[in-house]
Amino acid sequence: MSTSDGPAKKTIKDAAHETAVEPDTEGKIQKQDKGSGGSIILFFIFGVFASLILGWIIFPKLLYVKKKQPIDFNHAFHITQVDNGCESCHFFREDGTFSGVPKLDQCIDCHEEIQGVDRNEIKFVEDYVSKYRQVPWLIYSKQPNCVFFSHAAHIKGARMDCVTCHGHIGESTSLKVYEQNRITGYSRDIWGKNIAGFKKNPWDRMKMDDCAECHQRDAADIEKTNIKSPEHRYIDNIIKVFSPSSLSLEKGDSVQTQKDACFVCHK
Amino acid sequence: MKIGRREFLSFVIGGAAGTALSPLPWKLMDDSSIWTQMWPWTPVPENGEASYVNSVCTLCPGRCGITVRKIDDRAVKIEGMKKYPVNDGGLCLLGLSGLQLLYGPTRIKGPLKRSGKRGQGDWERISWKEAISEIVEKLGELREKGRPQSVGAISGSDRGTVPRLLERLLTAYGSPNFFRMASVRDSYELTLDIMQGVQALPGFDFENADFILSFGSDILEGWGSPVQMMRVNSAWKSAGVKVIQIEPRLSNTAAKSDKWIPINPGTEAALAMGLAHVIIKELLYDNGFISADTSRFDDWKQLVIDEYSPDSVAAVTGIDAGTIVVLARRFANASKPMAICGRGDGTHPVSLTECMAVHALNALTGNINKKGGIFAVSDPDYIHWPEIEMDSTAAVGMQHDRLDGAGSRKYPHSRYLLNRLPESILSKALYPLEALFIADANPLYTLTDTQDTGKAFEKIPLVVSFSSFMDETARHADLILPNHVYLERYEDVPMPFGMLQQAVGLARPVVEPQLDTRHVGDVIIETAKGLGGSVATSFPWKTYYLCLKETLGEKWQAMVVNGFWSGSKSIDQALKTSFDTASGKFEFVDPNTGLKPQFKPVQIKGDERQFPLLLMPYDSIRLAHGYIGDPPFMVKTVEDIVLKHNDVFVEVNPKTARAAGLNDGQRALLGTPLGTAKVRVRLFEGIMPGIVALPRGLGHTAYDDYLAGKGINVNTLIGPVEDPDSGMNAAWGIRAKLSKI
Repeated sequence: MSTSDGPAKKTIKDAAHETAVEPDTEGKIQKQDKGSGGSIILFFIFGVFASLILGWIIFPKLLYVKKKQPIDFNHAFHITQVDNGCESCHFFREDGTFSGVPKLDQCIDCHEEIQGVDRNEIKFVEDYVSKYRQVPWLIYSKQPNCVFFSHAAHIKGARMDCVTCHGHIGESTSLKVYEQNRITGYSRDIWGKNIAGFKKNPWDRMKMDDCAECHQRDAADIEKTNIKSPEHRYIDNIIKVFSPSSLSLEKGDSVQTQKDACFVCHK
Repeated sequence: MKIGRREFLSFVIGGAAGTALSPLPWKLMDDSSIWTQMWPWTPVPENGEASYVNSVCTLCPGRCGITVRKIDDRAVKIEGMKKYPVNDGGLCLLGLSGLQLLYGPTRIKGPLKRSGKRGQGDWERISWKEAISEIVEKLGELREKGRPQSVGAISGSDRGTVPRLLERLLTAYGSPNFFRMASVRDSYELTLDIMQGVQALPGFDFENADFILSFGSDILEGWGSPVQMMRVNSAWKSAGVKVIQIEPRLSNTAAKSDKWIPINPGTEAALAMGLAHVIIKELLYDNGFISADTSRFDDWKQLVIDEYSPDSVAAVTGIDAGTIVVLARRFANASKPMAICGRGDGTHPVSLTECMAVHALNALTGNINKKGGIFAVSDPDYIHWPEIEMDSTAAVGMQHDRLDGAGSRKYPHSRYLLNRLPESILSKALYPLEALFIADANPLYTLTDTQDTGKAFEKIPLVVSFSSFMDETARHADLILPNHVYLERYEDVPMPFGMLQQAVGLARPVVEPQLDTRHVGDVIIETAKGLGGSVATSFPWKTYYLCLKETLGEKWQAMVVNGFWSGSKSIDQALKTSFDTASGKFEFVDPNTGLKPQFKPVQIKGDERQFPLLLMPYDSIRLAHGYIGDPPFMVKTVEDIVLKHNDVFVEVNPKTARAAGLNDGQRALLGTPLGTAKVRVRLFEGIMPGIVALPRGLGHTAYDDYLAGKGINVNTLIGPVEDPDSGMNAAWGIRAKLSKI
């Protein structure tokens, strides 16, 4: 406690000094106070605005680097040419894994020769098909290596539609610009176009909370699947760590590995 | 308006407030946490279609079947192939780390021509066309001058189409100098040739044997086919089969055996003879077999009775007479006893008489060519090529004696004696070697007395290496014509040493060639075509692939589907070769030379007074010491009591260390007649006093930073000792001294 005595005394002394000076130069100080008060507020507002502009407008521009897809693919056209909707090209392999973005082998059947006069078509056949070079597509929804995600569980198991997560990309006639986060390397689509993280549609953003949103949509689901929101789980885990006896873990279970805990999705 | 301190602070506070209201801090926090979860420099396997390719691992002589998991075009994991006759799903450390050899930086990227001095490491990239025409030109020149015999080739193996093509090239060209890397296989081949009259490999029916007497064969350290032996050993444990391990050092095999009997190094043959003495004297042998199926037993019996009584053997081996008697009785009374030899992992031969002495024990118990015993397994006869066309130059060349003396009057039975080649070159006794091709071998590292080998190589004007890696031999070559790595090429792979089954596996490309390499089979065919004349007509194939497919004929389809082709499955039918000697019986004594199983001490190098200790190399499953060195994954598994930083430990008994005034972990100087090396001392109760043990597989000077410069290559300290009966290198060690630094 003794260490705090020094500064405390000094503060009192400073205050006494200020009060002593005040009567002598009252008018001047008052005038100055008025002017400086205004400018202080002004600068405060400047500061607020500048940082808001920086944070909301400049920062997102700096954070993302814009990249063009190697070829401007027309989903809307291709979907009219195939029989099986999205799964014609984005199919499940025999072992249940999801093929993702098509490889050249799937395109070659139709595109061995140049079809039509489209610039993209010519580029595709000349630069990639004839040289058998895979197209380095930029993948908007690339899964990070640190999580498990099974398309089969969602599409085959839960019978979900592609649109639910991917939106109406199948109806697009050209590919949008790929905005890559300079720090994480991810596409902007993961965080969402809106820098504040607001979204209108489920597919506008695809972070962990967005998975949880669906998985905890109604109470019945929670009962059925025992999946809770991340916050719930976080609190649950804290309870489990600090008071493990309050829970009846089965043999071999730990906070991280039991059903629906972190390691279900995270590697 | 004046901007003072207060205004500035106000601006900063406003900025802070505004920043808090903007997404900037929250987004940055989120992004940086994601970044830390996924460091961009962490290698992440690509997502893609998973597939599996069956092939055969040819990194060591073990020859296991492998199943390689691929994601799209990239191999990501090597596993043992299920149902493959050798390993049935198992795989060793080296096999598992094979991808580091495929994708690692030690690979040679394309044909290279030496541009500086030899061994300096200055290379010039050349095209394949230039590389092959260089060889063709040199070979053509030698042939024109009438010296085709001065061309030689060293191959890791002599079985399968690739080594046979290389040998064929030499024969058609006119040189008898095809050499194979030596191993205990040579000793066994000679033994079976002399005692049973067959050109065959031994096949051990380990699954059905019930008593194993191992004369220093490290079953768990890589002897035979390592993965097969691991499986066999586990089966023995559950079936209660007794394993008796005889060697001077407590190896892993000795530690896991039922009984470890330490023996004076190099005296294993004496013990075998001592056991024979007890078995014969106590009439414990299989009388039916001995009288009906063997010849000259009495000649040998006399020698055994006269010279190898338990007491005299005890004096030589250091094992007490009582133990010898009990061991002999246990061996003879077991229903399927088997005696095997080949020190360590069997990469070096043993003397012919030693191998014969051990094999004679199997004959005494009649455990030959029957269930639970040893069979003579001939190579599956599937390579039927047209006769080699030989012009007069080739015929004259082939008349010359081999440079290594194999097949000469002195060593009539031996087929290859690579250990004698360096001396033959240096002594200039016959004729010079003017060009040498090396495939699947690294003789400058693996031959004992690397210094002499190096000097001999200096005398050869053209050394051509087919190595895929910058190993010691490739470094000292003039031309490197890199072969595809085993995961990129086709090759037929006969079953390894020790297997009963007559089968051939198919190694096939798992991935496309990653670099500008070429199959050595193709290079041989192209070279032959380049030479023209009868050499070219001896090679009627366009490519190696076509040659292989044509050679395998009907078997090809089975091999593509199953990964291997298997001959007759019944041991009794296919493998029961009757004795093919002149007498039609098992010969205890070679009728031509009078050679019999006996103990002939190998005269190892060094003066006992100057070098009071014995240096013995030892093998470890974690140290590859053949053509392929340890890949980085494997180096990581070497314990720090074997290798610490760059220092290798020698194992020394505490008594010996005390006498030399050395403590555990202390640095010392290990000297042999061949040289000295700095080592560290590890006190180990499991080694007999007076012996210093050094692991094989370290001390590389080539390859990469993960392997080079670590420890000592034991071959720099040990020299070959010629076995007077076979010419093979029978050195099991060398005299040595250990002194403080």
